[in-house]
Amino acid sequence: MISEYIDHPKEADNFNEDFQRTTWHDETLWFIREKRDKATKSLPEWEELRDMAAAIKSNVLSNLDDYLIEFETNAIKNGIQVHWALNAEDHNKIVHNILLKHKVKKMVKSKSMLTEDCHLNQYLESKGIEVIDTDLGERIVQLDNQPPSHIVLPAIHLKKEDVGEIFHKHLGTEKGMSNPQALTETARIHLREQFLSGGAALTGVNFAIAETGGIAICTNEGNADLGVHLAPVHIASMGIEKIIPKLEHLGVFTRVLTRSATGQPITAFTSHYHGPRKGAEMHIIIVDAGRSEQLGREDFRKSLNCIRCGACMNTCPVYRRSGGHSYGYTVPGPIGSILSPGIDLKKYSSLPFASTLCGSCSDVCPVKIDIHTQLYKWRQIIAKEGKMPFAKKQGMKLMNYVFSRPSLYRLLGKVGRNVLGILPRFMMYNSLNAWGKARELPTPPKESFREWYLRNKK
Amino acid sequence: MKVALFVPCYIDQFYPQVAIATMELLTKLGCNVDFPLNQTCCGQPMANSGCEKDAISTGMNLVANFTGYDYIVGPSGSCVLHVREHYSKLPQTKEVTKVRNNIYELSEFLTDILQIQSLEANFPFKVGLHQSCHGQRGMRLSQCSELNQPYYSKIVPLLKLVKGIELIELDRKDECCGFGGTFCVSEEAVSARMGIDRINDHIKNGAQYITAGDSSCLMHLEGLLKRKGSSVRIIHLAELLNSSIN
Ligand code: SF4
Repeated sequence: MISEYIDHPKEADNFNEDFQRTTWHDETLWFIREKRDKATKSLPEWEELRDMAAAIKSNVLSNLDDYLIEFETNAIKNGIQVHWALNAEDHNKIVHNILLKHKVKKMVKSKSMLTEDCHLNQYLESKGIEVIDTDLGERIVQLDNQPPSHIVLPAIHLKKEDVGEIFHKHLGTEKGMSNPQALTETARIHLREQFLSGGAALTGVNFAIAETGGIAICTNEGNADLGVHLAPVHIASMGIEKIIPKLEHLGVFTRVLTRSATGQPITAFTSHYHGPRKGAEMHIIIVDAGRSEQLGREDFRKSLNCIRCGACMNTCPVYRRSGGHSYGYTVPGPIGSILSPGIDLKKYSSLPFASTLCGSCSDVCPVKIDIHTQLYKWRQIIAKEGKMPFAKKQGMKLMNYVFSRPSLYRLLGKVGRNVLGILPRFMMYNSLNAWGKARELPTPPKESFREWYLRNKK
Repeated sequence: MKVALFVPCYIDQFYPQVAIATMELLTKLGCNVDFPLNQTCCGQPMANSGCEKDAISTGMNLVANFTGYDYIVGPSGSCVLHVREHYSKLPQTKEVTKVRNNIYELSEFLTDILQIQSLEANFPFKVGLHQSCHGQRGMRLSQCSELNQPYYSKIVPLLKLVKGIELIELDRKDECCGFGGTFCVSEEAVSARMGIDRINDHIKNGAQYITAGDSSCLMHLEGLLKRKGSSVRIIHLAELLNSSIN
């Protein structure tokens, strides 16, 4: 497989060309961050809930094999057919076989980042099966053949005018329509038709409860319910890390999930599925796809705590000013930048560097993933494995050589300060000088502190 | 009290006045300040770029310079945090552990160790406080906006000891400025944009000066302010606490 390199700085540079739009993107997401702050501060026990959620997840990850088997056993007892998929290919084949058996020509799908990651839509379409994303945001980007730019708000990069244009092109609405009410109405009518003609419904899974063998799915649009209740076949795809041990743990997660995601106390719909309807079939596909490998990486296993709330994206000052597409991975933002290097280190090697390590992501994370520390750790690995541009690495070696030799450092500092002072501004500010593009350099002082100190104090 | 002054490399080379102010301030407060002469850099620029291993001898040089002191004070949350946290990668000799335990960021040292209650300082201007991330979320110098915790700050009460100062409120009180070490050149577009948004927040809310505990953030913000031709100026916390403008 060819893995093209994701050049985050370049993508971010393109994104920033439109200043106003960057402002709008930043402010839209910051607004959600502020809603999240308000919601979390209304709960005196918020930090305790985060501790609890993290502790439950840590227990799950340490006993994952046992919980998965417990879950499978109970799900089968409930009449659910359970499948195991080692990778994306396995997963897609399993889905395809189920659809073949039921002669399904059209499948409705509610939001699932996992199937996005497996490129399920493209796979099924190549087999002649139509897939309809029924989450409004996902449907919008699907119509326009774009990937989602956010895991909770897939079309957050689009303005209402853009949506009007997409609907005009694909759903035949009037040109220039941008009234949100009218747009939603259009989407609603369009989606109802799809629900009624779907031969199968695929959903993601937010939580899989080992004790009961059932799953819980959180949506705001009720589209998972509508799809599942109308279709004769329900397929639910989940990563191995979605397990929680007991039903009583679910409350901890539903309380932190939506407050973190959008600032709502809970999603409009929390749907529990514990088996097929009479005459219908229910399948659960449990997918590994690199997760057990991540589980084996001591420094990074905690990234599997993630409950996909998107809070780390909303708070990330870099994400807000570079957009989800700049990450080139299904899960963008800080969490994507610690998950993706585990999938393809070379391809995603610029992502752990797309951060100032400000630490805001780790502080909003409801399951307490040490995201910025993991970013730092991936940087060490990328440098060590030689996945870093050569010049930069040599530069670092040189820096250490200088800094560990005090007299050399002093000599070079002097030269540097003099050069800064003497060189005409235009030479410092050429296109190669990234500092100077938007910023002036500090005015070099006459003497270093050390020189001042020697002159004054000794 | 004997105190060793830790001067980060870019302060030594570009902002010597910050180190001078730190030294004068600590002396005024009764400390006996030493400046170990062979110090260079803490190694952070290399480590944050993924070259932690290449920074080991730089780190050992810092340790060798400061091992004899019970208090090491530096006017930079970022570099102090680096020594404290990431020197875990150095061989944990008695000296390394001692330096890691004894190093303090300036405002932390004034608040927790010296516990100062008054200050002879005057600064009759409107000031916006930029919370540098490594001091804020790394060292927890004040309440973080992400966390549900009661209000506290190790910096604001110090600023309030300065006569004439008027602290302004910001729309976003602890958002990153986008400096981020090598990030400021490797991710130039986002870095500059983050900084522009920060300075605009200060300007909009009436700041005449932006202060912070880290000169790196200030160097970045100053570069943007100058390019914009703004009259807003930057001043390091140490200079502000040491100032006597009437
Ligand atoms: S890493 Fe944490 S904050 Fe980010 S999406 Fe996952 S759970 Fe949410």
